[in-house]
Amino acid sequence: MKICNSLSDLESFRDRLISERRSDRIVLRTCISTGCKAQKSSKLVQTLKSEIDRQGLQDKIEIRKTGCHGFCEMGPIMVIEPENIFYCRVKPDDASDIISSIVSDGAVIERLLWKDPATKENIRYERELPLYRKQKKNVTYRSGRIDPTDIEGYIAEKGYTALGKALSEMAPSDVIQHLIASGLRGRGGGGFLTGIKWKICSEASGDIKYIIANGDEGDPGAFMDRSLMEGDPHSIIEGMTIGAYAIGAEQGFIYVREEYPIAIEHLSRALKQAEEYGLLGNNILGTGLNFTVQITKGAGAFVCGEETALIISIEGRSGTPRSRPPYPALSGLWEKPTIINNVETFANVPLIISTGAEDYASIGTETSKGTKVFSLVGKVMNTGLIEIEMGTALREIIFGIGGGMRKNKEFKAVQTGGPSGGCIPMSKLDMPVDYDSLKEAGAIMGSGGMIVMDETSCMVDVARYFIDFLMFESCGKCTPCREGLKQMHQILTNICEGLGEERDIETLMALAQLMTVSSLCGLGSTASNPVMSTIRHFRNEYESHIYVRKCVAGVCKKLFEYVIDEELCNGCGLCRIKCPEKVVSGEKKKLHVIDSGKCIKCGICINSCKFDAVKVI
Amino acid sequence: MKIPIIIDNKMVKVDRGTPVLLAARKADIFIPTLCYHELLEPYGACRLCIVEVVQNRQRRLVTSCNYPAEPGMEVFTDTDPVRKIRKVLVELLLARCSEVPVVQKLARRMGIETSELKKKETKECVLCGLCVRFCEEVVSVSAIGLSNRGIEREVTTPFKTASDTCIGCGSCSYICPTGCIEMVPDKTPGMREMHMGKLTLEPCTNHYQCENCSTDQQFLNNLKKEVTRFRDTFSRFRNQES
Repeated sequence: MKICNSLSDLESFRDRLISERRSDRIVLRTCISTGCKAQKSSKLVQTLKSEIDRQGLQDKIEIRKTGCHGFCEMGPIMVIEPENIFYCRVKPDDASDIISSIVSDGAVIERLLWKDPATKENIRYERELPLYRKQKKNVTYRSGRIDPTDIEGYIAEKGYTALGKALSEMAPSDVIQHLIASGLRGRGGGGFLTGIKWKICSEASGDIKYIIANGDEGDPGAFMDRSLMEGDPHSIIEGMTIGAYAIGAEQGFIYVREEYPIAIEHLSRALKQAEEYGLLGNNILGTGLNFTVQITKGAGAFVCGEETALIISIEGRSGTPRSRPPYPALSGLWEKPTIINNVETFANVPLIISTGAEDYASIGTETSKGTKVFSLVGKVMNTGLIEIEMGTALREIIFGIGGGMRKNKEFKAVQTGGPSGGCIPMSKLDMPVDYDSLKEAGAIMGSGGMIVMDETSCMVDVARYFIDFLMFESCGKCTPCREGLKQMHQILTNICEGLGEERDIETLMALAQLMTVSSLCGLGSTASNPVMSTIRHFRNEYESHIYVRKCVAGVCKKLFEYVIDEELCNGCGLCRIKCPEKVVSGEKKKLHVIDSGKCIKCGICINSCKFDAVKVI
Repeated sequence: MKIPIIIDNKMVKVDRGTPVLLAARKADIFIPTLCYHELLEPYGACRLCIVEVVQNRQRRLVTSCNYPAEPGMEVFTDTDPVRKIRKVLVELLLARCSEVPVVQKLARRMGIETSELKKKETKECVLCGLCVRFCEEVVSVSAIGLSNRGIEREVTTPFKTASDTCIGCGSCSYICPTGCIEMVPDKTPGMREMHMGKLTLEPCTNHYQCENCSTDQQFLNNLKKEVTRFRDTFSRFRNQES
């Protein structure tokens, strides 16, 4: 028997959940998403539980296993309600201390608080963290707040109200009009207007239509989609169901890669619960809408994030893109009209329906509306999952939310949009982050990866790294992408090894331009972005590699040497002790010397020197 | 219904939806291609057949093998951007398959003698996929396929072992533009040596009752089309000569 047979059932069920909420209970919101789980948060939960059981506090303290809080670097993370005290790097051994501090005097355990490296002060409350303070959490609001494996938490937090509203007050065409008016653009990278896509699909002929959520996140250093699927799976399912109502689909697919086991587990549970509660399946909420969703597991090919390859992969063949047109909205899965959107796009849909298109469109820029989730990683102080309003300046993200660079190094570039994105230099840091500005700067929005690099990153090497990744991840179907990447990789490897030639930059540009205009799919046409953007903004580094044979960043091993600065070295001998090849010599309290002929350039000396005496030349 | 489209200032009438490449052939305009065959679904992989299309006042580059002819469309097959793309593409192919005659011939046509690119290989396969698609779409056997991805992509049988579905018809060898799928008669009767290993020749499962066989029917139908096309072309030439 379904729990909600009609819209009023759902409403009264929600009211009951809210009224039954216990305000007198202390809630330990503990993250069990991938990042924190890797730091033994499951064990922490277990220990907390046995401690609570031992002291018989089940009625007073509740452990809530949540999705991602965003500050994954500091995991395992725990927030204690109602005050929202933020603890980080919590170990299973800390469990008894936490429980006893709550029971006794409610004092805060100082050692578990986050210490701001800038001010050296401990931050007590979640809302005061610099990483969180400047964010605008709309899509990721529930992640870290509710238990993703329990649908009741989602329903109590206004979940499925948008679906209820769409089904009761809006015609399918109204839903689409709302989406168009909201200006929502695809969050997977392309940035196509979602409402228009849905409109085309709804007008396409054919009685069978499909909805696909693309959760095939494969960019190195990106985890936005994973966190969303792990932390708030119902928001994706709700968005898909609204989509099904809008275009008249009865079946949906969520494409997740096999290497996201927690996301798969949480999504599977969410799907099962939604069916039990009458929010999926036949006759949803008694409105006659039928919609089921199944999970398709991908084998982890980067190219399967491309929509046509993903569709072919669901059909059971090996994922290679095909030419468009026809676009999937007209002929997609099994040649039926298909909507395919990123999971984050679907998670935006309930927000638009419940708050209204106007409210949604009031935030963001002229052409990019709403918020965007990014994974901020690299050489910034605070890394993690962030959600910002479209149009926020890059400087604000890196130096405000991210807290600036680590180890007082100088900022060099930020790479957005994953392997097919581009590197943005210092001079463009005041640029607002939206689809069009990023494109203009030679990068892309992509699905939201953001890798910050400092002066120790060599931009030629960065380009080589991404081209190497893409060379193996390209499907290999079309000539420009397959052969172009191979040749680019060879040229970049040569440059990094000191074999660069004068015409290399020109050849790289010619190949890059060819790939952009003539490749079969989006992977190929954006694959040259890392090369084009680094040549555009960091041409001097290419030139110093080719003409002077120098890598100033100290990355390309054949193009630099380590020397010890006469004035800065005080002869502490740390580099001599740590050098694995024993090529540093010198007496105590006297200048040390590196035998550069035998040096393997492992970098241990430069990292260990406390006086910055080891230099790259 | 036939529609007129303009290719390089020549008007040609074709059925709506005909690939632009075929329309150009009808007008005796040469567009290079390695992966297109009339009996197969367009594949769009070699990208050599890129042309410029002006439609609804928008100018864009498309592959002519899978771009459908629409009324009011104008096509340019020999503009600067097109020539530039083709040249780099051929150079890339020449770097991959430096000793393959069909690639060398294409390169000479574009005025390229040797590839200036860094990575030089002597592969024989251009990965046009004709063999794989012919085996699947025409012979309906799918004995060979494309495995791996990126630079490791190759044509092979499942798990690189002798295929037990191959009927040894030789279509792959026949259709291959570079001659990299050779069929060598093996000393053992009933066997053939191919580049993926020894294959057993499959005796006809329909006891040579060709009229009962869907493979044969499809093959004969296609053959009939081919013959008609040749006959038409031949008679057109004869008329022109006379």
